[in-house]
Amino acid sequence: MAMRAALRCLSANFSPRLPQLPSAAQVSATRLLWRSGSPRTLSSTSALSTALKFTDKHEWVQVEGGIGTVGISSYAQEALGDVVYCGLPEVGQRLEQMEEFGALESVKAASELYSPLTGEVTEINTELAENPGLVNKDCYAAGWILKMTIEKPEELDGLMDQAAYDKFIKSLEE
Amino acid sequence: MWARSMVRVGGSGYGLRVSRGGLLRVGGAACAGQRLQREASSAEAALKKTPLFDFHRQQGGKMVEFAGWSMPVQYKDSHIASHMHTRQHCSIFDVSHMLQTKVHGRDRVKFMESLVVADLAELKDNQGTLSLFTNEKGGIIDDLIVTKTDQGYLYVVSNAGCADKDSAHMKARLAEFKAAGLDVDLEFLDEALIALQGPSMSRVLQEGLKVDLSKLTFMTSTLATVFGIADCRVTRCGYTGEDGVEISVPQSRVVELTEKLLTNSEVKLAGLGSRDSLRLEAGLCLYGNDIDETTTPVEATLVWTIGKRRRQTKDFPGADIIVPQIKAKTARKRVGLVSAGPPVRQHTPILSPDGKVIGEVTSGCPSPCLKKNVAMGYVDAAFAKNGTAIQVEVRKKAVPASVSKMPFVPTNYYSG
Repeated sequence: MAMRAALRCLSANFSPRLPQLPSAAQVSATRLLWRSGSPRTLSSTSALSTALKFTDKHEWVQVEGGIGTVGISSYAQEALGDVVYCGLPEVGQRLEQMEEFGALESVKAASELYSPLTGEVTEINTELAENPGLVNKDCYAAGWILKMTIEKPEELDGLMDQAAYDKFIKSLEE
Repeated sequence: MWARSMVRVGGSGYGLRVSRGGLLRVGGAACAGQRLQREASSAEAALKKTPLFDFHRQQGGKMVEFAGWSMPVQYKDSHIASHMHTRQHCSIFDVSHMLQTKVHGRDRVKFMESLVVADLAELKDNQGTLSLFTNEKGGIIDDLIVTKTDQGYLYVVSNAGCADKDSAHMKARLAEFKAAGLDVDLEFLDEALIALQGPSMSRVLQEGLKVDLSKLTFMTSTLATVFGIADCRVTRCGYTGEDGVEISVPQSRVVELTEKLLTNSEVKLAGLGSRDSLRLEAGLCLYGNDIDETTTPVEATLVWTIGKRRRQTKDFPGADIIVPQIKAKTARKRVGLVSAGPPVRQHTPILSPDGKVIGEVTSGCPSPCLKKNVAMGYVDAAFAKNGTAIQVEVRKKAVPASVSKMPFVPTNYYSG
């Protein structure tokens, strides 16, 4: 599953096994810590709203004010390479958890996107149409993909927090 | 599902070129779960390594499996940056995994002509050509470059992914020739092979060459000492559409040669990722994707590789099927496609304007130079004319596309 998200290339020409992405996990962890303090601490307190949660297909979701913002992890964007096209759903579309809702494409690969939660799309990042490379440059902020309502908050409990996700990535690299 | 990509490097998918081969085609998926991941690591241990393997790792190369070899898919620069660098400056590609063969003996031309479609007899000394190994059914066993050297041998370069079947094929014919008392011998080389490709190639390489590169035109070859390294063979050809050379160099000196070339700031390393997008923009086939044993040279629009004399004598494998197709035309044809919107990849169905399936994409990617999607594939001959409006079905949606001439990006070969 590893790079499933990142590399499920439909027909790409290379092995997205993406062999060595050794630094990706570290980079993302460092970035997050630097940006928002320790997510681990936050998620264990009432500040859950600011912590990122991850799927095993490398999407992240951050909940704020009852709305989830969704993107892909640094590990995924690095594995995928320069994103040149973003296939996104329409506002108003209802998504089941883990339903495929779009795809990010680089020159060499296509990577499907899966909804981390059940809900309705309230906004998509229209910047990505003109500037899909934002997903690479700033995957946890300006490169967000969509916002959605949260119909089943309990689904969040099934997602990984930063520490678990970092561990997960490490296991993929072994 | 996962497994899809892991195993796919097998039989097909190697490269073609007007010169060279190979691209990987580990399809898609990738990275599977942990279990598969571990299997992959143990498989990696068994992969073949070129003499530049350690160097690639030191240079930040991301290694992937390709045709049983561990090869760099890219280095530290992004795929697009590396692609554009090759178009604007020049890049080194390690193509040492390709099969290099010398064909010796008085009957060497007759021998190779019994296997390929080219008129080798008419080649001038040190001139080379793209050719095709064909089978009795008219299908393409591999594509290759044959150079008629002035050193008493033919120099042949064919695809890494076809190396085993190519060598077996040549050895089988060799046995027949020897049994008939003819004078031929095969020598499989262990030299390394690097390609230096891009518009500044000649400026960079001339500094290390006594041979005048302005006299070495596209598809010609020479022995040379390159940056002090003796016994190199420099052939002006490539798989990017750019001016370039391939340098066959003793294994023990290839790291040194690569390092010397890299001291020039014009030069960067490039991997299989750029190689694939560059060859596609240049309209060059990838063996295993765009041509294989089920496609004939006529279907593949490679009729130009079949020598005029050979069409008369019909003495190459499959000639009885292939030659009549030249006049009669074929039911399907390889064409170029361009589109906007979602990228078009291998196996994408090609549809007529009214939605009927008329073919399938064999290679495709977003073009870094053109900022639109480029692809090639086979379509019913009725839709093969340049400019024909068709559709491609991407993720269950029909997207407008049109048949386009190739190359998509103009080639920049040096003709003197």
